[in-house]
Amino acid sequence: MALMTPGKAGQTASEITAAQLTSSKRDVAGIVMLVALLLTIISTLLILFVLIGRVVRDAIPVVTGEGTAFLGNTIGSNPATTGIWPGLYGSFFIGVGVVVLTIPIGVGAAIYLEEYAKPNALTNALLVNIRNLAGVPSVIYGVLGLIIFVGWLKPITGGSSVIAAALTMAVLVLPIVIITSMEAIRSVPEGLRDAGFGVGSSRWEVTKDHVLPYAAPGILTGIVLSLARALGEAAPLIMLGAVTGLLPQPSLDGRFTAIPMLIYNWSGRPDLPGEEIGWSNAAAAAGLVLLLLVLSFNALAIYLRNRFEKTRIGQ
Amino acid sequence: MTEPTHPPEPQQSDQEPNMEPTTSTSTSENVDVATTTPERSLATRPVAAEGNIVDPDAEVVFDMNDVSVLYGDFRAVRGATMKIRKNQITAFIGPSGCGKTTMLRCLNRMNDFIPTAKVEGTINYHGVDLYDPAVNSTEVRRRIGMVFQKPNPFPKSIYDNVAYGPRLAGVRKRAELDEVVEKSLRGAALWDEVKDRLKSSGLSLSGGQQQRLCIARAVAVGPDVILMDEPCSALDPIATARIEDLMREIKADYTIVIVTHNMQQAARVSDMTAFYTTEVNPESDRRTGHLVEYNPTVKMFSQPDDNRTEQYVTGRFG
Repeated sequence: MALMTPGKAGQTASEITAAQLTSSKRDVAGIVMLVALLLTIISTLLILFVLIGRVVRDAIPVVTGEGTAFLGNTIGSNPATTGIWPGLYGSFFIGVGVVVLTIPIGVGAAIYLEEYAKPNALTNALLVNIRNLAGVPSVIYGVLGLIIFVGWLKPITGGSSVIAAALTMAVLVLPIVIITSMEAIRSVPEGLRDAGFGVGSSRWEVTKDHVLPYAAPGILTGIVLSLARALGEAAPLIMLGAVTGLLPQPSLDGRFTAIPMLIYNWSGRPDLPGEEIGWSNAAAAAGLVLLLLVLSFNALAIYLRNRFEKTRIGQ
Repeated sequence: MTEPTHPPEPQQSDQEPNMEPTTSTSTSENVDVATTTPERSLATRPVAAEGNIVDPDAEVVFDMNDVSVLYGDFRAVRGATMKIRKNQITAFIGPSGCGKTTMLRCLNRMNDFIPTAKVEGTINYHGVDLYDPAVNSTEVRRRIGMVFQKPNPFPKSIYDNVAYGPRLAGVRKRAELDEVVEKSLRGAALWDEVKDRLKSSGLSLSGGQQQRLCIARAVAVGPDVILMDEPCSALDPIATARIEDLMREIKADYTIVIVTHNMQQAARVSDMTAFYTTEVNPESDRRTGHLVEYNPTVKMFSQPDDNRTEQYVTGRFG
């Protein structure tokens, strides 16, 4: 089709061009699609806000009634005076354990697979396995943790303990950390590696000096997502035998609990009529604490990510 | 190509005066092309720069003997035999896909990083077989530096970009590093432009400055050879001219091998020129590159031995 416009009887080329360029033909399909896309995002946000709104609303009696004592008190039998200190302790150290274990192991595995492994059948088999492991249900990891970390490794972990839970959660999120780290490493421009090799860097020097700093923001994003998952999982905790009763002195290698376990347990208890603070309020308050805990871990990761992103543009 | 349909003559569209020049220009361009095409070969034959004295007895840096590169079972370039001599600029020219970049990357074992790549034949570097299993490829790349097609400074400061190589080699003293950085940046004709902002990011420079920074980075490790893979293809003519001047200046200290798509550039800067081309295997329909001719640049652009070279340098093929 000729894009140049020949003149027709009575009209100059410029009149025709002007008519065509300013025609009010609407892109109907495009507008419908745009509305549909907006609806998806609005509905997602709506659900999120309803969820957070309910948690906050239900938690208000606890926040006004108990205040910070809710964080410091141990688990009690009265929803008005119960606290989540053992759960907070457990969740915090599970989070720390997951970070400490998955960063070196997960990132190390990703570096090996992306930078060193030769593309052969063995590497492919490894990749397929890691991808499948990322899809294994968390309760299965709970069984694994029960057998290995609570059972076989009892002398090290102390049986059903924060250490065993942290190890289980680390194994649970490791495939996700590996996969997201691999994608981050793969997105490093080839020119950067070439530049490093071109001045006589070894493979490891290129990885350490150029690839990892460039991939760091992406790797951190993967770790944040994994951490949120590890802190929110309740199923493996049930399998590992987290307690829901009295636990006056939480420790790393003794009986333990974590916030998701408490939320799960308290949500199942009935609210007595006339109570100002019921178990549902306590569960919502625990949920709020868990949200804040995850957010604070995230904030740290986002801070680190922004710092690395600055180094990416050389500042 | 069909003639574009033109709008009616300008008198009819006099309300739109800016239509007029466009129309007339495109017409005159058509005329230009039509009239010049027969003489194009004469007009576009690049003229080799004068004063490029080729010393046939200069020390041989690379002695390539029947070198082929394979990717898996696909032969990308076959059978190149040539000698690259010290303190000369050797240009590899040829159409896309003829394997000139592949050949260049063999010279400092950059192809090692492509898992399926395999080099056949021998490349002797100062008499040492580069592909001998005992050769440390990292050490090879330290002596044979490389400048790439797209400027690729590290996302670090200008200073750290240049100091990176010397630091790897173990230079730690600040004064020593300062000296190397200044010398290298001066060598790459960049010092005066950046001396007041050595701490700002290498990525904040313009494209041409970035490429000179990359040259400074390559020079800083004190290499013997600098390989340049189309170093000016992402640059404008002014930046290109600066890089070419720079190459002529530094060839007293280095041996330079340059891959270029730009025949004028090869003619302007190089002492020796190697012409590669492709041939299509009728059975597999795959293209394999090979070396057609390797001669002093002056000869390559005036009376080449091979008819295909003549056709390529005069723009009739490729």
